[in-house]
Amino acid sequence: MNKLAWFYFPARLAWRQLIFDRSKLVAAICGVLFACVLVFMQLGFKDSLYASAASAPVKLSGDLFLMHKQSEAMWRPVQFKRSELMRALGNPAVAEVYPLYLGLAPFKNIQTQVKRTLMVYGFDPDSQIFNIDEIKSKQIDLRLKDTVLFDEYSRPEFGPVRQLLEADQNVTEINDYKVNIVGLFRMGVSFAADGNVITSDLNFMRIFPRRHHSDIDMGVIKLHPGASAKQVEAELKSQLNEFINIFTYEELLKYEKDYWANTAPIGFIFGFGTVMGWVVGLVIVYQILFTDIANHRNEFATLKAMGYEHSYFIRLVFASAFFLAVLGFIPGYLLSVGLYHLAESQMYMPMPMLLSKIITVFMFILSMCVMAGLLAIRKLKDANPADMF
Amino acid sequence: MSTVIDVEHLDFSFGSGALTQPVLKDITLSIQKGEIVLITGPSGSGKTTFLTIIGGLRQAFHGSVRVLDQQFINSSEPVKVKVRQQIGYIFQQHNLLKSLTALQNVSMTLEMGNTLTEQQRRDRSAEMLIAVGLGDRLEYKPGQLSGGQLQRVSIARALVGQPKIILADEPTASLDKQSGYEAVSLLKRLAKESQTTILLVTHDYRILDIADRVVELEDGVIKKV
Ligand SMILES: Nc1ncnc2c1ncn2[C@@H]1O[C@H](COP(=O)(O)OP(=O)(O)OP(=O)(O)O)[C@@H](O)[C@H]1O
Ligand SMILES: [Mg+2]
Repeated sequence: MNKLAWFYFPARLAWRQLIFDRSKLVAAICGVLFACVLVFMQLGFKDSLYASAASAPVKLSGDLFLMHKQSEAMWRPVQFKRSELMRALGNPAVAEVYPLYLGLAPFKNIQTQVKRTLMVYGFDPDSQIFNIDEIKSKQIDLRLKDTVLFDEYSRPEFGPVRQLLEADQNVTEINDYKVNIVGLFRMGVSFAADGNVITSDLNFMRIFPRRHHSDIDMGVIKLHPGASAKQVEAELKSQLNEFINIFTYEELLKYEKDYWANTAPIGFIFGFGTVMGWVVGLVIVYQILFTDIANHRNEFATLKAMGYEHSYFIRLVFASAFFLAVLGFIPGYLLSVGLYHLAESQMYMPMPMLLSKIITVFMFILSMCVMAGLLAIRKLKDANPADMF
Repeated sequence: MSTVIDVEHLDFSFGSGALTQPVLKDITLSIQKGEIVLITGPSGSGKTTFLTIIGGLRQAFHGSVRVLDQQFINSSEPVKVKVRQQIGYIFQQHNLLKSLTALQNVSMTLEMGNTLTEQQRRDRSAEMLIAVGLGDRLEYKPGQLSGGQLQRVSIARALVGQPKIILADEPTASLDKQSGYEAVSLLKRLAKESQTTILLVTHDYRILDIADRVVELEDGVIKKV
């Protein structure tokens, strides 16, 4: 009972004082809610950014991947010689090697004729470097001249491609070059590209007339069964030219994510937004706790005169901070769930509400409220019982 | 009879250096268990200051102030907090917590000791409120009570912890003649039942007759006992 009372009594008084003034309570909850939603959205966008940044490499199927050392990320590659990739075949563990061509190009909306940039992937249709069933099943169509597959998860600005295909309207232009859309696949958009198109290496050269077969953006290596990717990676590092980066599958994913997190200013912007949410929430909660203590100064001084210890009021302030954190977090969480759904349906960005994110944000909000409490307890010193008489 | 409050040669001043303003000068006074002592005197004579020193709310440095066998001169905060818990305070303003009901306000005194169950606290607080004539106002908040009723709640709050001493500073100042007298008589009756010592500051000459003893303070000096 004694241990419980230590926190229970001040917490109960804090609660009674909070619910006594409903309008102030609502204002306080709105402040925490605001911070909560802000942080949820920032983290949501950030995670979504990292997840979608890796949506293309995730679908690649291979054991090792080659890129130019100057390629910061897949969406802005620096070309290297195809012969460099071929040299990898000299390693006995390597079974097959395939080039991958990448390029950003305007795609004409069939309905509105408006052009918008998307990512074009060019690959050997006989290879199996994409782990996407719709692509594997369209191998034969892709061998034909001027055929492309369109990513169904591209942003809607590219037009209702599925309906258009059903209505036999499948001709459009990429990079002002006429192509036929012969099918759909599902990959997902990223911050670098609003949409994706896949085509054969031969068609890629037709769409990008200035590109050449021998200059590739990426190399995909498949190993013989049983070979260790790590070991072959180490061997190739000494065999290939030093301007080549070699990645395993996991390393490639990490490289892409790190680009957005560190190199691109976007990672910083979201981090900054998160911190700003914390600071704004802190100021609001601090302001509320501070005026609350000021308003209850006489009551606290009276209780002090009666024999309540100073630490009782510190516990009371922290209990208030805790209640505000919880009361603001619950509606903030619910609102964020709604906004996540909205973002997924309107902006086609993956925004899963993961338990880990919920816990992270709650800890964030709690730390914010505790910090506000720490700053506000200085105000307790003003409650001097000698002034009460 | 035992001595509850024993003050000897107490000096007290506000401020320091050239601005030092002596407020209490060589006060000697002892009060026995169960005694009701009234302090009167002109405004600014140091009555409130004296009361806050006795109550352990203000630190004095010269002389001797023994309350419930604890020396307050140059004492530490925990010592004073311990003594304060055995004192009931009645302020000029009622100083009730406005977010709590009358019952919860009175219970605040009992929550400190934490020796009772929630039910016992409620029962004793309710009993006390019935004793001050507010049995039908238990669940009212301060905003819904009159001045006289509020002062009676604060009397209940001061008495419910069965304090050894009650300190009251002009408890009738915000009340009309009738309810002021009623409140003080009530305080006297309840205190006499439990042998509680009362030290009460007042300007109100109508209530002097409840006292066992009247002390007059003038310019920080006890004039008449
Ligand atoms: N906190 C303080 N700081 C400095 N001087 C003070 C303080 N409180 C009171 N004084 C001064 O001490 C003197 C005594 O004040 P005190 O409040 O004890 O008088 P009082 O007898 O209670 O008067 P009243 O009947 O008007 O309440 C006054 O001259 C006052 O100006
Ligand atoms: Mg006074």
